[in-house]
Amino acid sequence: MPAALLIPAGLGLLFLVLPLAGLLIRAPWTTLPERLTEPGALTALRLSVQTATLATALCLLLGVPLAWVLARVEFPGRRLVRALVTVPLVLPPVVGGVALLLVFGRRGLLGGWLDSTFGVTLPFTTTGVVLAEAFVAMPFLVIAVEGALRAADHRFEEAAATLGASRWTTFTHVTLPLVAPGLAAGAVLCWARALGEFGATITFAGNYPGRTQTMPLAVYLALETDLESAIVLSLVLLVVSVGILVALRDRWMTTA
Amino acid sequence: MNAGTAGRMNARTAGRMNARTAGRIDARTAGRIDARGRRTAVAVLVAAGLAVTGLAVTGCSAGDGRATGSGGDGRVTGPVTVFAAASLTESFTRIGKDFEAANPGSRVTLNVAGSSALANQITQGAPADVFASAAPANMATVVEAGDADGTPSVFARNQLVIAVPGGNPKAVVGLADLTNPGVKVALCASQVPCGAAARTALDAAGVALTPVTLERDVKGALAKVKLGEVDAALVYRTDTRVASADVTGVEFPESARAVNDYPIVALKNAPNPDGARAFVAYVRSAPAQAVLAEAGFQAP
Repeated sequence: MPAALLIPAGLGLLFLVLPLAGLLIRAPWTTLPERLTEPGALTALRLSVQTATLATALCLLLGVPLAWVLARVEFPGRRLVRALVTVPLVLPPVVGGVALLLVFGRRGLLGGWLDSTFGVTLPFTTTGVVLAEAFVAMPFLVIAVEGALRAADHRFEEAAATLGASRWTTFTHVTLPLVAPGLAAGAVLCWARALGEFGATITFAGNYPGRTQTMPLAVYLALETDLESAIVLSLVLLVVSVGILVALRDRWMTTA
Repeated sequence: MNAGTAGRMNARTAGRMNARTAGRIDARTAGRIDARGRRTAVAVLVAAGLAVTGLAVTGCSAGDGRATGSGGDGRVTGPVTVFAAASLTESFTRIGKDFEAANPGSRVTLNVAGSSALANQITQGAPADVFASAAPANMATVVEAGDADGTPSVFARNQLVIAVPGGNPKAVVGLADLTNPGVKVALCASQVPCGAAARTALDAAGVALTPVTLERDVKGALAKVKLGEVDAALVYRTDTRVASADVTGVEFPESARAVNDYPIVALKNAPNPDGARAFVAYVRSAPAQAVLAEAGFQAP
């Protein structure tokens, strides 16, 4: 194995892991139990897990068909559409939040209509948190699934079609199982990104405990007054997210 | 490492990396790996590594060797890094420019954020010369950590007003109106000075208010008014002055019970100690005080 690869690989790993070690070293282990059971922390954690899961569901619902269109349908401007899908990746999340306000806010393009027609306002609600997270996280899912679809062997689908399967049956019984690993990987990435979302959430949905204050927001505000409390909250978020990711990985990705 | 600092550093380095290094590496590798194969790729990787290290080294030496101290005529040169509360953004931008004009060769860099985040960054070792806080509590954090050079002095005071959209569509004239049905209110989170002051003022008025959001700093609360997402927010008087026509400030009597003192201090680990002291003195001088007064601050 060439040292030219191993050395930067090792440095890369260190670079990613050292900050985690920093958190662990500075964690106030003696007061950890009482800090963990503070009601504010658990409320924020529950809200984070719920909203990230709902956001992932929304991304699956809209993102998988979008990935399929990008991978399987020839149409003019497909490259442009593909580039547009990745916009939330390069957009600073705070800008994403402002953009969401300009569309779904009270005076927004759609928000004003939603408000006057249905009396629905999205900013400052838990639904707003889900929207903000889905906006930022969906590209991860679309890119992963599109990649899997392109890599999948078309001949299985063609065989299904020659055997009389409808397009929808082919999609649900052949295409989806074929890309299941990519789909799972994309969903996991999407969920992780949604769980850590901060900028778009605080801009679009605001910050109110129990309604829109997710863990990253709680961590940010704890940091304003109490570094140790912020570290504890960060560790909780890390442990929960890594735990869930490992569990999902064992269940889905190794068998697939 | 404080997350606030980390975030800021990330943003800075990421910006620099993107612009200089990352772009270069991409262009080179993309161009050459195909053409000449593996050896070139390795060479490019090494070169990229050197470029990154080179950047880091330049960064360090620039930091260590930067020209600090007074010139022969008592003027200050070199960079002066000022950590200032978010509510000081506009006035300190102007004061910084005036300071640079009065001290040729000096360069004022502002780091603006919530006072508590700034205090955290300073106690975690951020390289700052001056700290200007929107509340004594956050200054106390820095003093207690032993990071202040001398005693902080109050250079301005600020009061809360109710910020409403231009034209005041909900006809808000006092704190009590904020509890009217259908009036959405943004406050600062209680962890930052404007939130603590808002809490004090609301308690003084005996108004029990449920806001729709607790913003991370005063500019966040103001932005929600500007965007029309809330009908009112409690912000500093100075913020409504700079926000122009789309935001109006409504004065209310209870704000006198929650006046914020703004202390300033030079920092002990200042990379430019002379610059730090000169800047603090300048903020207390007549021209700077005039800028602050014009922005809506009260004199100490």
